[in-house]
Amino acid sequence: MSENEAASPVTNVYAPPPRGTAIIEVRDIGKRYGNIIALSDVSTSVRAGEVTCVLGDNGAGKSTFIKILAGAHEHTDGQLLIDGEDHTLSSPRAALELGIATVYQDLAVVPLMPVWRNFFLGSEITKGVGPLKKLDIDFMKRTTKSELSAMGIDLRDVEQPIGTLSGGERQCVAIARAVYFGARVLILDEPTAALGVKQSGVVLKYIAKARERGLGVVFITHNPHHAYPVGDRFMLLRRGKSMGDFPKADLTLEDLTAMMAGGEELESLAHELAETMGADSAIAQELKADIT
Amino acid sequence: MTTATVDDERIARTSTLTKLLKRPEIGALVAAIVIFAFFALTTDAFATPSGSSTWLRGASTIGIMAVAVSLLMIGGEFDLSAGAMTGFTGLVVGVLTREYGVNIWAAILVSLLLALVIGAVNGILVMRTGLPSFIVTLGTFFVLQGIDLAGTKALTGQVAIQGMTQVPFYDQAKRVFGSALEVQPHWFNLNLGFMRLDFDWSRPLTINASVFWWVGVTALATWILLRTRTGNWIFSVGGAQTASRQIGVPVFKTKVGLFMTTAGAGWLVGMLLIFTTSTVQSNTGVGQEFIYIICAVVGGCLMTGGYGSAIGAAFGALIYGMVSQGIVYAGWDNNWLKAFLGVMLLGAVLLNEWVRKRAETAR
Repeated sequence: MSENEAASPVTNVYAPPPRGTAIIEVRDIGKRYGNIIALSDVSTSVRAGEVTCVLGDNGAGKSTFIKILAGAHEHTDGQLLIDGEDHTLSSPRAALELGIATVYQDLAVVPLMPVWRNFFLGSEITKGVGPLKKLDIDFMKRTTKSELSAMGIDLRDVEQPIGTLSGGERQCVAIARAVYFGARVLILDEPTAALGVKQSGVVLKYIAKARERGLGVVFITHNPHHAYPVGDRFMLLRRGKSMGDFPKADLTLEDLTAMMAGGEELESLAHELAETMGADSAIAQELKADIT
Repeated sequence: MTTATVDDERIARTSTLTKLLKRPEIGALVAAIVIFAFFALTTDAFATPSGSSTWLRGASTIGIMAVAVSLLMIGGEFDLSAGAMTGFTGLVVGVLTREYGVNIWAAILVSLLLALVIGAVNGILVMRTGLPSFIVTLGTFFVLQGIDLAGTKALTGQVAIQGMTQVPFYDQAKRVFGSALEVQPHWFNLNLGFMRLDFDWSRPLTINASVFWWVGVTALATWILLRTRTGNWIFSVGGAQTASRQIGVPVFKTKVGLFMTTAGAGWLVGMLLIFTTSTVQSNTGVGQEFIYIICAVVGGCLMTGGYGSAIGAAFGALIYGMVSQGIVYAGWDNNWLKAFLGVMLLGAVLLNEWVRKRAETAR
């Protein structure tokens, strides 16, 4: 992590390839830790202007999968093609250089710092030379504001500490930041997991916005209700194995929900709940509705 | 100039005053003004030119350290060895010149290098081991204190270095670190309308070199903190270290640099002390490390890092200087200073916590 690396922000404006061009293709990819198989035989693709949803319950292998794409872990089996070329990503920086940016659940923001300082953190823009080199505050504030409004986030004041924003808004700042600094594939790790219904809706809106701008989005979630409205392609994981990779046309929300939890398991759970809490209880009703 | 371009019709144009009130150092500024007014009105000697000279000098050396410590605290760390460092660096110069006849400028340079190395060791230990800086620098503090006392005694047979004036080129170094400017504008008296301050100009206002260094260090630190990338990184490593690393901030370099800055400030103060008084005691600076932290906290620094102000720490030191001298002029028992410091610290911590909560929670 040298100063030079931080000093050269990737601020090229990304001209997206035609919609539907595959940026990342994953073929039978897998990850073994010694004799433990964390992930095997996973295939899917991430295309420009499309959202690929990765669904699975806790422990299904979602995090292993994104760590391979994000460069945190190297895969041990299969192929990872980026722009048609075989790659093994050895570090998050290597992934970033190929335009693959990951927005983690903790968002990597500093709560007490103003929004604009967070936006440019680590890639600050300066003006002047030598010891008189100083931050170009005016430019950074203007850019933050315009980039956020391009994502549809309308902030009153970029000077406010980012900690004062809602969880959804913070998620969106992190997304806008990744886009501005040259991301063409955006990996979102459970962006809606800690959010309420309304805030989740806000984040989904920005995912749709990123797709409109021609980015490929990998949306990791365990909630089919969040995935289905914005997804173009769904890859389901269960116990470290892929249950298939489906375009939206081949799948209904009901199929998705049923597949995710395992239809039979869900049915017996609904039954059990109906017995303990009464058949009319809201959660039992909801589960039933999901199955049928 | 910055506000004009980021206008939004939903924010009322904030006045300069409102903006000022949001700054972390505002509490210390107000307190400093109140304390000045209090001692100026209740004692005869406080607001005179000669009285002011005394408390300004007292505030200046504490202030330089407090400013450096505030940067470190914003970066999320403490340095308990900062006080002992002011003694150590002075003793190095004293022993080298008096006992070994080393050229005074060479001794000053060696002293600076040693300070920077110790600062770097502090930083590297903290970053590599992940131990709290409180513990690591507590260790350094005791090591330095031991070297100061035992080392000086072993090498010179005494507990203090005296007679620095006999060292060749002492006057050169004194001009940089120990001289004083005397101002005597007889015409300068204040008429505030409701009250007149007639200063007694029979003795001049003496401004020591340390006061100029203090103002310079404060201005430089404030500029770095608010206007440079390094400043941005200091705030971020103190506010969220893991996040900073993920986003590409050079965390290690920033933190080690901060420890070296504090040690460097300790060297500067060591030089100011030795060339102002021409002597150095082997227990110089011991016990001052907490004063620096108190000044930084009074100036708006959070104990948890990520928030604070360098100029605020300078105001904190000004308060300390004024009160420690004001108590003498008022004829009170000196020990009230300690009680006052305690109350200031608690008050400041509570105020800062409240500010932090307001800044972190959603509106």
